[in-house]
Amino acid sequence: MFAITCKGISKSYVNKKQTTKALRDINLEVNSSELFGLIGPDGAGKTSLMRILATLILADIGIATVDGSDVVRDFELIRKKIGYMPGRFSLYQDLSVAENLEFYASVFNTTVNENYELIRDIYVQIEPFKNRRAGALSGGMKQKLALSCALIHRPKVLFLDEPTTGVDAVSRIEFWEMLKRLQAKGMTIFVSTPYMDEASLCDRIALIQNGRLLAVESPANIRSEFAGQLWSVRSKNMSRLMKDLKEWAIASSAFSFGDSIHLSIKGQRISASDINNYLSVFGHQQIEAQQIEASVEDCFMQLMSNE
Amino acid sequence: MRNIITIVRKEFAQFFRDKANIRMLLVMPVIQLLILPLAADYEVKNIKLALIDHDHSPGVNQMIQKITSSGYIHLVAYESDYKDALRLFEQDKADIMIEVPPQFEENLIRNNEASISVSVNAVNGARASIGGQYLQKILQDYNMDIRLKWIQFPRFNPIPLVQVESAYWFNPHMNYKQFMVPGILVILLTMVGANMSALNFVKEKELGTIEQINVSPIQKHEFIIGKLIPFWIMGQVVLSIGLLIAYLVYGVVPVGNIGLIYLFSSFYLLVVLAFGLLISTFVQTQQQTMLVSFFFMMIFILLSGLYTMIDSMPAWAQMITKLDPIAYFVRVNRMVIMKGSGLSDILPDIGIMICMASALISWAVWNYHKRS
Repeated sequence: MFAITCKGISKSYVNKKQTTKALRDINLEVNSSELFGLIGPDGAGKTSLMRILATLILADIGIATVDGSDVVRDFELIRKKIGYMPGRFSLYQDLSVAENLEFYASVFNTTVNENYELIRDIYVQIEPFKNRRAGALSGGMKQKLALSCALIHRPKVLFLDEPTTGVDAVSRIEFWEMLKRLQAKGMTIFVSTPYMDEASLCDRIALIQNGRLLAVESPANIRSEFAGQLWSVRSKNMSRLMKDLKEWAIASSAFSFGDSIHLSIKGQRISASDINNYLSVFGHQQIEAQQIEASVEDCFMQLMSNE
Repeated sequence: MRNIITIVRKEFAQFFRDKANIRMLLVMPVIQLLILPLAADYEVKNIKLALIDHDHSPGVNQMIQKITSSGYIHLVAYESDYKDALRLFEQDKADIMIEVPPQFEENLIRNNEASISVSVNAVNGARASIGGQYLQKILQDYNMDIRLKWIQFPRFNPIPLVQVESAYWFNPHMNYKQFMVPGILVILLTMVGANMSALNFVKEKELGTIEQINVSPIQKHEFIIGKLIPFWIMGQVVLSIGLLIAYLVYGVVPVGNIGLIYLFSSFYLLVVLAFGLLISTFVQTQQQTMLVSFFFMMIFILLSGLYTMIDSMPAWAQMITKLDPIAYFVRVNRMVIMKGSGLSDILPDIGIMICMASALISWAVWNYHKRS
């Protein structure tokens, strides 16, 4: 049985006379005990999909199930067996760490002790501050508390909406390690993120853009499906370089990636010297060109331009 | 039930966490009750009189003495030119102008009649009408005095003398505090109840904490009831503080059974809290809540009969007061505290409160969606 299924889910928001299509015909299946990533830029529809699955909003059309229960008909059942962590910190800031945890345990008809083993790894890190108000915690600590509260009733499926947005690099790595450990305990985790570099940490990912799924695959498969060659190019004058590469007839795309430019070539194979020759004509100096493996972000850009 | 207790405990924890809340709950009623009943006083005192005397006779002197001896009216200017007095009038330095024509006393003795002109500054309507009435009454007395003094009476009293004696029931000394305190108690309870419940609910929306509640198995009626109970209790606490101050400071002791006040307030608080909740289901931010609740409070308070009598409002306004919960409690409070009304007297009002509360709570529950 799949932990999550979506069939033909569409959702649009009507604001005055303007209709925004947030989701268009989403079809998706998430396996049990899978760490599944929903990856896309801001405004792609990640939160809308997450909220439909968490029974917070209704889809216009389409059927979705979570742990075998229909999100419309059996929403009360679903609310008992999912954990949901919204993108925005939404615990009671004026209650202490311990009070928040006890409150959510009590809301789900359980106690902190009953499921302490599940959250121990995470909670021990914030336990020294358990009498501190949640609002006075640092960003990373808030994150851990929110995760503890979402886990306290031992949910079968965990929904995390951009849990690492605004969290520092070290805490992000820690956070993903925690997710891995939870997954090892048999939990299905559905996590959304705008960071492409986190994609490789998921078992499978769905790339979403403008409310449409571009691909649903394992990160490795997505990378291997990159069409053509990918080059990382640098030169002394980067802004000129960008312009010149974009205008190259055989280049299918060129976009800046960190401190270099990723150039993708489709339909023919070239070598580093071809690039050198082409760029020298424009007077570029200190040209470095290296063929590289496509990252998820490169694939995303390619899929997006294919749309 | 267990969920409701969880919510109630959470609400109390949050409430007492913030010391400002406790201060507000205790200090606000004390200050309001100390200031408002003393300030909201209908007695018109210190009416300023400007006199324009063209006669300068002992008769005028006598009249002025009569007028000022009442203590309500003070002579602030004694002019001989109308223009000077008018200027004072225009500058609000005088409320009433009396112009005594030349030969006032002479005419009075010779012709048995004399006229003076009285002008009243009516910018403040209440002050003008009450001040004018005082003056008229004093002048009548004065009139009577001189007639008795100067007129040779025939065998029978030529003036039919019907003296009207008034007795003021339930408040024999016309003590305005007795009248205002019960009303202001109601306003207090309303402000605390409606604002606190509305703000509390909207705060959850604003901070996003409602999201976590919405995905939880808590039913919406459990959530709403769990939120109403703490504020209901706090409302009763505020009422008790208010009654205590009414007794300690103003010596207001309910003539009727104090239990009736609590009985009524139990239902009244439900109406007010539900009203606050209802507002909160329509707005998104605490700022909007304050504006909307201020709007309704304004109307409810001014139409409640606290400051102006409902009986003297136009018929359509009286219809609106039927929907004003404050009007019911103000009346019931005055009935019980001043008149000593019993349960049977306020039963219809309790009935109306129950109807209002059920309607508002159902509306609030219906309008609060756990999902959209």
